[in-house]
Order: sequence, then structure tokens, then C-alpha cells
Amino acid sequence: MNSLVTPIKRDTLIVIGNGMVGHHCVEQLIEQGALEQYEVHVFGEERQRAYDRVHLSEYFGGRDAESLALGEPDLYARHGVQLHLGVQVLEIDRERKEVVTSAGRQAYDRLVLATGSYPFVPPIPGAEGNSRLVYRTLDDLDAIRDAAANAKRGVVVGGGLLGLEAANALKSLGLEAHVVEFAPRLMPVQLDGEGGAALKARIEALGVGVHLSRATQEIVAGEEYAYRMNFNDGEFLETDLIVFSAGIRPQDAIGRSAGLEIAARGGVVVDNDCRTNDPDIFAIGECASWNGSIFGLVAPGYSMARSVAAQLAGAVYEPFTGADMSTKLKLLGVDVGSIGDAHAATPGAKSYRFIDEASASYRRLVVSADGKNVLGAVLVGDNSYYDTLLQYAQNGIVLPKDPSGLILPQSEGSPTLGADALPDSATICSCHNVSKGAVCCKVEAGVTDLGELKAQTKAATGCGGCSALLKLVFDNELSARGVAVDKSLCEHFAYTRQELYSIVRVEGVISFEELLAKHGRGHTGCDICKPAVGSILASCWNQPITDPLLVPLQDTNDTFMANMQKNGTYSVVPRIAGGEITPDKLIALGAVAKKYDLYTKITGGQRIDLFGAQLHQLPDIWGELIEAGFETGHAYGKSLRTVKSCVGSTWCRYGVQDSVGMALRLEDRYKGLRSPHKIKFGVSGCTRECAEAQSKDIGVIATENGWNLYVSGNGGMRPRHAELFATDLDDATLIRYIDRFLMFYIRTADKLQRTSVWRESLDGGLDYLKEVIIDDSLGLGAELEAQMQLVIDRYECEWANALKDPEKLKRFRTFVNDERGDPDIHFVKERGQRRPVHASELHLIPVTEEVL
Amino acid sequence: MSQSNVVRAEFRQAARNPAAWRALCSRSDLVANSGVVAWHEGAQVALFHLPHTLEGEKLYAIDNRDPKSGANVIGRGIVGQLKGDLVIASPLYKQHFRLEDGSCLEYPEQSLRVWPVRLNGDAVEIGLID
Repeated sequence: MNSLVTPIKRDTLIVIGNGMVGHHCVEQLIEQGALEQYEVHVFGEERQRAYDRVHLSEYFGGRDAESLALGEPDLYARHGVQLHLGVQVLEIDRERKEVVTSAGRQAYDRLVLATGSYPFVPPIPGAEGNSRLVYRTLDDLDAIRDAAANAKRGVVVGGGLLGLEAANALKSLGLEAHVVEFAPRLMPVQLDGEGGAALKARIEALGVGVHLSRATQEIVAGEEYAYRMNFNDGEFLETDLIVFSAGIRPQDAIGRSAGLEIAARGGVVVDNDCRTNDPDIFAIGECASWNGSIFGLVAPGYSMARSVAAQLAGAVYEPFTGADMSTKLKLLGVDVGSIGDAHAATPGAKSYRFIDEASASYRRLVVSADGKNVLGAVLVGDNSYYDTLLQYAQNGIVLPKDPSGLILPQSEGSPTLGADALPDSATICSCHNVSKGAVCCKVEAGVTDLGELKAQTKAATGCGGCSALLKLVFDNELSARGVAVDKSLCEHFAYTRQELYSIVRVEGVISFEELLAKHGRGHTGCDICKPAVGSILASCWNQPITDPLLVPLQDTNDTFMANMQKNGTYSVVPRIAGGEITPDKLIALGAVAKKYDLYTKITGGQRIDLFGAQLHQLPDIWGELIEAGFETGHAYGKSLRTVKSCVGSTWCRYGVQDSVGMALRLEDRYKGLRSPHKIKFGVSGCTRECAEAQSKDIGVIATENGWNLYVSGNGGMRPRHAELFATDLDDATLIRYIDRFLMFYIRTADKLQRTSVWRESLDGGLDYLKEVIIDDSLGLGAELEAQMQLVIDRYECEWANALKDPEKLKRFRTFVNDERGDPDIHFVKERGQRRPVHASELHLIPVTEEVL
Repeated sequence: MSQSNVVRAEFRQAARNPAAWRALCSRSDLVANSGVVAWHEGAQVALFHLPHTLEGEKLYAIDNRDPKSGANVIGRGIVGQLKGDLVIASPLYKQHFRLEDGSCLEYPEQSLRVWPVRLNGDAVEIGLID
């Protein structure tokens, strides 16, 4: 039989636009198998690959372009999709079926327009440069940042959704922000009069100026600020920069010049299949006009992308038949929600309203004439009502007798809709069109982990607004099926780490054997439960980990109190608290490294790491280090690593507090504390933040009045900025909060969970954490402090402890019956130091050993 | 019969009938519920001592070389029990080897040599096949 297959010539598909919708289209093409039929070219005008425009304002809050990027960097390449970034498509030559780009011509068989929209800037005389900025792309944001460098005040023209996002961006750049809106209220499309008023009150309370019913007539040079905006009513406002965010317009220029049908209000006209009047050309997202409407939200764009991808793949597809424009947002930190017929435009519609002027909260529920169904809703100040109301509206669920309960404050038994009441067709995630039925299917198929569910369905990975509802439905489905969600640590303990921690505390358990006998299965345990229990025992009782009962529990690094490297040798990191070291100690460290020929490198935590020690050398090395005044650095443990510091007010002309002194105090207090994962601190002496404290689990930054405390930051694979937890603390309060925070983390975190992930998984988030730690809402404060004090009182350098005990040192032998070292460990010299040999260099060994 | 089954059968055979016993170290060199390593004519033998199993005191001898990393580190792993089998977890990449026959739970193509081992008075002895 002939096994050769003649390759089938694939058609060429071009996607113009690599924004959120264009990218989603490519993802869907890959997923639905369209790449077997098409060679896909994607043209993006911007330099960056597709990124998350919904969370654009976070670009000024510390997120960079890469963290906003969508999908894995190599997704396109892996599937053979050719991505042309920074290439503008100038023209579609429909006669020859080619696109003309700034880089040449490219033939196509099918074409998808996903060119999006551009910001509308009203023609105002004098608007140019920094008085004519827009807010749409990363480049726009860079331009705003540049303009803000020497500015004090910034104005946003447009009080809609995007305008308020832009105002938030200006605020996070440290500017005094103002919003100028033509209509008599903010967010005129989504909110009614009272809702707009409540939003205005909240936003003004945040220090943002709101100017309504104002049309800008001209922009001239200012007196106090760079520009002056003259309004139609004779008033004026001065500012250093102006951002226009007065609406979007479909980017339909190339469709227009190619002779595609264009709607009266702009946008390439498409039918229910998202097809233009040229059957080989589709248009999706904000550049498309369906039934005379443009959809400026991401969810309808994704629906269009999904539909088109399925059609191209020859799969069953759902036609696009309009979209629900309900939306839930946090604007400038204020909850705003709008559902369906928010303005009660439906004939006979009746409204319930709740107005709280004291806290500027507003809720409106619009119901049908017969009072049975929800038509729409407006929420300002508290979006916790949103999910329930949306499900009522979308699924036509019959209202209770007194619907007002749905928007009244939920002090006494909230009348929220249980996940049970939702029909299977109910949409949970509108970005990725995941229904309750789809979630049920996954649960049926055996998914019992929320992360796994998200990975498989993509639910809650778009805007993220449905996270809480998804969890509710998921948990409900699991328990409905009687799936006891298996949170067992391993086959030996049917408990979570948190539960085991409580058992150890409450029953005063001090050994693994005791815990296993009373609460576990089997006689041995495994490499999952042993280190986890070892860590819990250490967190609670802080007994030396080298004690005979404890030592078999430890991972190899804890067992030998050093970090195993790839060739089985160890690295050694003595504690250099706060990064402060005397010349004599530095020399002593160098002398030890030289004597044992250890590869030496400065770590990121202001310490010195000595690599290449064999097991039997560790006691000698540590004997010399302890002699020179060092103690163990716990670089091998899930425990406090370092407290990084800058020199602070002692030397620095900008420093306002003694950051080194505080770093030493903190490192000395918490050294040896074992926890679910490693913990890092940073202390900066002023707001310039040279110690990078905001990337640490605990960050302390000096102020004129004391210390600001930041918590739950992280570097590493998934960087996270620490969050501001408390301000202007005195030394004692700072330490009390850190005591409580760390012990609460140790008590409630999962195994190997860093403080960042733990904090994100806490129900109630940062506010809850503040209540527990600062307000002592659980009444745990004194207990947590006492538990910390016990650990601190029992601190002992583990290496000093081990060196005193010949029994413990017995283990530090490469061979128990021979003095030799491991003959398979080989080094070569590189840049004046030795390093492990690569497998490919093994033939070099005889020569280099002579050299050594 | 698969490759690993053949290997396991051979070791079981050897365990029953070693040609000779060779003393490597003394009982006091062992560490309870954990491992140490002995040198034996160019081979590195990891010795694990479990004083209290259901079947009483147990001793295991297994090759110290981790086939995945090529480093001699097996003796420094954690002893555990998975689905009834006593195993050792390699400290570098955490794959598990059965102490009884050296077979690997995760990667059937990896397997470690094992030796028959016994306590003869105070001496720890391994059995040699030839």
C-alpha cells in the first residue's frame, strides 16, 4: 500500500486585527480544527501581540505589557499561524483577492475583519499634542504617561465607562483628575439620573472633579496650567493634559474603501453569520455593524469570533443574534452594574428603587408590567446584587411576591438566588459563553478542581466578573452529586493541611507517628505528607528538625540543612541579616569558600551562596562558619529567607527611617519560622523603594511618620505587587501586625502556597484580612501573637544544634564505610571558579582534574 | 512478559539465593526510617532501615544512582508507602522506586538495582549473586 499522502493544498485565511476579538478568533480556529483547511495569516497594526484591553488601566498600576498579553507567547508559532505585527493593511483588493500591506501583498481565499474601533475625538479648535490624547492602546498609555511626567492636573473628556477608566488611570499616575461630560449625568447609556448622581457623589469623594452638561468649545493656552478649556456656558477649566474618551467609532476604513457595505452610523454591515456583502469576507467585533448596532463589549465580539471560526472549520455554529449589553464593573473602585432595560423603556415597566444618600448607594430594579419578570436593573455602590438579578433577567425566572427584597440591604438573610434555581441554559461566563449546563457536564465527567474547570472551559478567564458565580455553581454541583470534594493531603491523611494544622494545635501532637496513628492510614506516610507534617510541627512547636523523630520527615534540603544541586552536591547560605556584613565576616566567608573551593555567588536576597560542597564536608564548613560568628540562613527551608534592605536614613540623603535597623530586627525575630512556603521580606527607608519591598511577602516602607506595611507580594514565575495593608505604623504595631499576619497565614494556607496565592484565595480578600489582623474581628489576635512568641523563644541555630551532637552528624557521611568522596562528582573551571561538568564535557575530566 | 517483570523476577530469585554475603557496615551506622550510603567495590549501595513495619524490622539495599539526573542521591530521599508498596522518592525529581525490587512507579523504563540485605548480628550484609 502506498503510505505517501499528497498534501492537500490549504486555502489562505487572513485575519486583519490582533486585538482581543481577532485573537479569540485565532484561538477558536485552532481549537475547532480550522487549521487543517487554512493557512492563517494574522496582521496586527500594533507592535504588541494581542493584549487585554479590558484591564488596560492596570498598566499604570504595575502590570506590564507582557502580563496583559493574551494567551501563551508561542501559541501562534506552535500551530503554524503566521503573525505579522506592526504591519498595517492598507487596502483589500477584492478583484484579485489580495490584501495590500505596508510590507507587500498577500493573497487570500477568506478574510476576517477584526479591526476594532478608534476613539472618537470631537473637532475642537486647539486640541493637539498633550491636549488631544486618547486612551485605547498601550502606545496611547505610554503617551499619557509621558505627558503626565510634568503634569499636576489631567482632564478626561467623556464620562462614560471608558472615560471613567481613563480618569482612574490619570489618578493612578498621581494627577488631580477631572471628568468633563456633555450629558447631564455620568454613564448616560447605562445609568439613570439617580444612579448617575450616586456615582458622581462617590467619585467626587475620591477627589475626582466631575463637570456635567459641559461642551468644550475651544482649547487655548492656560495661565496656571498648560491649557485652558473654554466651555459653552462661559465657564473654563485649566489642565496640563486632556484625554478624549467620548466614545468609539468602528475602524471600517479599509472595508469602506474596498466597497463593502457600511452602516449609516459606521461599521461594516454583517448578517447573522457575521458575513459582509462579500461572501468571502467576515467582520467581527467593534468594526462590525449588526442590525444597525455596534457592540463595544468583549463578550459579543467573542461570540462573533466563535461563530465565524466554527463556520470556517465547517463545524456546527451558532449564528450571532445580538447580545446582552448588561455589564458589571469597578470604576475608580466604585461598583457599577447595569442590566437589560435599565431606563425602564419597556411599555408598562415598573421600578423599585433603593437610595442611600449617606453612603451614596443606589439600586433600581425594573420589572415587567405584570410584576413577574426582571427587565433590567441599575446598581451603584454594591455589585453583590448583580449576579442574582442578571440570572433573573436572562432566564426569565419568576420573581418572588415582593421583588423589592432583591435590592434591599442584605442584613437579615439575603434572598439571593441559589445555584439550584438556575436553568441549565443559564449563562455563567458570557465572555467564553459557558453555560451552567457546560459546568455540569464537566463535573459529570469527573472534574473536581476549580482551576481544572477554568482551564477546560475557560470560564472566568475573560473579564473575570463571573468568578464568584462560577464557584457557587461548581460547589453546588459537586455537593449535589454527593462528590465529597477530595481535599485529602495524600492517601495517608483524609485532611487538608489546614485541618491537620488545627489537629496538631488542639491535640498538642508533637510527632508524625502520633498523628498518623490517631488520624491517618498506614504506618509509613510518603514524601507528600511527611514534609507537610514536618513543617506543621515546626510551625507549632519549633523543635530542632534534626531530632531523631523529626529528621525522617524532612525533604533532603532540610535533612542536611543545605540546598541540593543538580549533581548531588550542596550549596550553603549563611544568614547575613538585612544584607549587612562586617569586613571581617566577609573575609571569613571568603576564606571558607576558598578552602573548600566553593563556587561563590551573590544571591538576589543580599546573601552569599557557596556551591559545590559534598555531604561529608558540610559539618566542617559549618563548624568554621559558626566559629566566625555566622548562623544558618534557612535557604533550604520553607521558612523565612531574607529581609532585604536599603541603607536607609543612616547614609542615604533621602531616607526617612533606619531601614537596616528595622530589617535586622525583623530578620532576627522571624528567622527559623517554618511556614507553608518560603517567606521573603523587604524594608525600604523611603518611598523610592530601593529594597523592592513591594515584591515581597512582607514589605515595609518608611514614611515620615513611621512605616507602611505591604503584604502578599511575590516575584518569581507569577509576579504580584504587594498590597498596602496599613500606614504610618509605629515599630510595635508594625511587629504586632506582622506577627498576626504570618501566624494567620500559617494557620490557614494550603501546603506550598505562597502568601500571594493564599491572599487571592481568601474569601473577602484584603478587606477581610484587615478585619482579622487590624480589627481582630475573629478575636484571634492575642492567640496568634502568643503562638509566634513561642516559636521565637525556641529559636536555635539548627547547624549549631547539630554540630553539638555526634549522633546527628553520623548522617553527614557520603559513605558510612569509606572516607572517600563521591567519585562521580566532577567539576571544570569556568571564569576562575569550578562548576559541575556537563555530560558532554566528561572526556575533559582527566585534564581538568590535573589542573585542579 | 514485560521487561520490568523480567527484572523483578530476577531480583526475587537473587534475593532467595545469594551466592555470598558481604558485610558493609554496622547496625549503628543506619538511620531509622531513613537512608545512608555504603561503598561496595565501585558500587554505591543505599541502605534503608525501617524498624517498625507491619512485618517487623525491615532493611533494604538499592542503587544510590538516580537514573534521571545521573547523580548519586537516592540514599538521601524520603521513604514512603504508596498503594501498599514501600518506596523511596528521589530527592531531585521526586520519582518513586519500589524498595522491594527497584522498579519505578512513574517511568517503567527506569529501574534500580537492588541487593538482598540482612542483619547478621550487628553487621549489615548484602547478598552477592556471583
